[in-house]
Amino acid sequence: MSPEEKLQSNVSDGGLKEHNYLGLSDCSSVGSSNLSGLADDDKATISLKATELTLGLPGSQSPARDNTELNLLGPAKLDEKPFFPLLPSKDEISCSSSQKNLASGNKRGFSDTMDKFSEAKVSVYAEKNWMFPEAVVANQSVVKKEVPQNIPKGKQSTTNNSSSPPAAKAQIVGWPPVRSYRKNTLATTCKNSDEVDGKPGSGPLFVKVSMDGAPYLRKVDLRSYNNYGELSSALEKMFSTFTLGQPGSSGATGKDVRNETRLKDLLNGKDYVLTYEDKDGDWMLVGDFSWEIFIGVCKKLKIMKGSDAIGLAAAPAPRTMEKSKMRA
Amino acid sequence: MNYFPDEVVEHVFDFVTSHKDRNSISLVCKSWFKIERYSRQNVFIGNCYSINPERLLRRFPCFKSLTLKGKPHFADFNLVPHGWGGFVQPWIEALARSRVGLEELRLKRMVVTDESLELLSRSFVNFKSLVLVSCEGFSTDGLASIASNCRHLRDLDLQENEIDDHRGQWLSCFPEAYTSLVTLNFACLEGETNLVALERLVARSPNLRSLKLNRAVPLDALARLMACAPQIVDLGVGSYEDEQDSESCLKLQAAIRKCTSLRSLSGFLEAAPHCLSAFHPVCHNLTYLNLSYAAEINGSHLIRLIEHCKKLQRLWILDSIGDKGLEVVASTCKELQELRVFPTDLQGGGNTAVTEDGLVAISAGCPKLHSILYFCQQMTNAALITVAKNCPNFIRFRLCILEPHKPDHVTSQPLDEGFGAIVQACKNLKRLSVSGLLTDQVFLYIGMFATQLEMLSIAFAGDTDKGMLYVLNGCKKMRKLEIRDSPFGDTALLADVNKYVTMRSLWMSSCEVTLGGCKRLAQKAPWLNVEIINENDNNRMEENGYEGRQKVDKMYLYRTVVGTRVDAPPFVWIL
Repeated sequence: MSPEEKLQSNVSDGGLKEHNYLGLSDCSSVGSSNLSGLADDDKATISLKATELTLGLPGSQSPARDNTELNLLGPAKLDEKPFFPLLPSKDEISCSSSQKNLASGNKRGFSDTMDKFSEAKVSVYAEKNWMFPEAVVANQSVVKKEVPQNIPKGKQSTTNNSSSPPAAKAQIVGWPPVRSYRKNTLATTCKNSDEVDGKPGSGPLFVKVSMDGAPYLRKVDLRSYNNYGELSSALEKMFSTFTLGQPGSSGATGKDVRNETRLKDLLNGKDYVLTYEDKDGDWMLVGDFSWEIFIGVCKKLKIMKGSDAIGLAAAPAPRTMEKSKMRA
Repeated sequence: MNYFPDEVVEHVFDFVTSHKDRNSISLVCKSWFKIERYSRQNVFIGNCYSINPERLLRRFPCFKSLTLKGKPHFADFNLVPHGWGGFVQPWIEALARSRVGLEELRLKRMVVTDESLELLSRSFVNFKSLVLVSCEGFSTDGLASIASNCRHLRDLDLQENEIDDHRGQWLSCFPEAYTSLVTLNFACLEGETNLVALERLVARSPNLRSLKLNRAVPLDALARLMACAPQIVDLGVGSYEDEQDSESCLKLQAAIRKCTSLRSLSGFLEAAPHCLSAFHPVCHNLTYLNLSYAAEINGSHLIRLIEHCKKLQRLWILDSIGDKGLEVVASTCKELQELRVFPTDLQGGGNTAVTEDGLVAISAGCPKLHSILYFCQQMTNAALITVAKNCPNFIRFRLCILEPHKPDHVTSQPLDEGFGAIVQACKNLKRLSVSGLLTDQVFLYIGMFATQLEMLSIAFAGDTDKGMLYVLNGCKKMRKLEIRDSPFGDTALLADVNKYVTMRSLWMSSCEVTLGGCKRLAQKAPWLNVEIINENDNNRMEENGYEGRQKVDKMYLYRTVVGTRVDAPPFVWIL
């Protein structure tokens, strides 16, 4: 095939220029190189259309917007539906239209020359709105706006990330293609919030939770709970493996550990207490600050045996009273 | 050839182990067909619904090892609803009723129950090896049955399964007299482990070669285990913080130094850096290193470890290693054959940990590289073209640009040329996954050049049916094609129905395929099961009066010799 021959001739030249594999040496127009035989007219037509700023499918022509069956994209869409992951709703599914879907860049020209009947037969790819959580409803009153990510290429697309809502990207079902086992495992060993976002208010806030006698630590995201009660229940579930099946661990409480013991009860029963290490490195009892203040100061959590926690003061107003130190 | 007695021919066949080759042998003549079927030891069934146990047993009455795969690959990414299928129970029941002396069972993406495991453990006296990959539906009770009843068990290998951990005592179910363990992998168990039972088991298993622990095995226990098993070849470390225990770390270091056979290291879900450095003495012998769960370890510590691993052949790592880290890999690991770089930040938050530069560095530095899985935020055509030039030996090339439809970030062009260069240069390419902004052009290149391609994964790519047609027409060896969110429809689906004789399966979700198209295909191709998966509706689509032009959300078709399966749930409609 001629592209192969071209490549080989370039290689044998020992050329120093960077060639794309078709043998054309202009790096900067890697995307604009075409197979020879493309009519210049086609190229020109397509590049004009491709660079037109439109709201809509990549390369779709203006009349497309009159077609109510097409899905249009844009963050400014009027949205009637709540967010849902990718499945297109039935009333949105567009039937085939005769619009030719112009792809990005000049590569399209190749297909143009190959298929003379493309006009009539090609069905438009109705872009499912996987990019944006709002279901999109086609309408004619669309405002022309720069549409991130789906604008025909040939434009700067580097502003995309700033203009599109970051939440949208995260919601594609089954994407990125990482096994759920891996996703779940990594989530449990996630980085500390300080590293995840620069924004302190919105990212997850992971703190390590250890328990006396447990062989390993866990991590919890404090921001995923709204109050102490939720945190307590979650810890109870996480650490119940260590309290159940340990007959006699409750010591003085005399409860039937196997069936009835819950961490909460243990906490309340004063066999274990929940403590935290604050920003100063002091260990404090959990519970006296409001939840919001607590998550701001808590660096680590520890479920201590009640007997070890004797002497640990209840958390006073910060910095105004003495704190008793607890050996970690 | 018929001048030789059967036993001689059979002896010759014993040297032929690959499934493909044995399938070819069986086609030569009736005599060879007969000899081959009675002597086939290992049976591989890539799709458990392509055949049923009865026919399997009729064809191969004497096999010892069975490999079964259930759900389609995209099930890994939650695209296949729960309950779709892939149940192993009927297989085990049928095999148990027969006289097959099953010794090995390898399952992937199947639903396994405790009942199945119990039946398995009681039915096959010589059962030796159980390997479960990405399976679900069972608990540690099932493992207890296996441990209790399989006297000759050698391998219990649980890879990335969803196991309900009842925190029972399954490890203590191995009888005291049992000493034949070779492989024990329970890394995917979430619960607490009976450390005493584990240590005693390891201590009485002189043949133990592969041990992969779960999170709940702390540092001091690890040190003791390694001291008991210095012959270990493959170690999966659990998860541990070393806050207080430097004495355990010293013991670990001492134990590690004795493990001179160690070649393969994995785990490290949470590990403080200086426990990682305890492994430096054995790094020079490592051939496989899997740090892809070590989210806690920052790039510089990873690099320090890898700098010692000059013999590494397979490396699985997180993108926290960065481009700089990959450059270190490229200059250190000259024997590298397989590299997988996984994303740490799954939200696509713009953290450009690895870019095209890392990929190019690896391709330039590692001449033996033939398999790659690379997650990244950005790519360029120029980089891919360079990679193709550097590494024409790729067998597997899987590139996942995290943001769908993302173009070449320098030129803003589609990545058609880059992937085109890859398929054109890599003449032995068998598996390809494409991503980024792609037009029909890339599929033209794939159809033209990827003559050996057997598996292709497409997401958010292409413009028209022509793209898919290029692939179907061009890739003669295509076996598995999986497509999501791409504009391919009925025209492509129906263009060449006979293509689906040579293909194992086709998955299309969120494409342009319609119900009418699927029905027409099912009519034309009676050897196919065409499944429409519609999890939103527990009623069958036909009852709701769906029109032929209705698009189907998920279609999975596969060739089969046994017709419609009987275990399909209500949301699966088989045409």
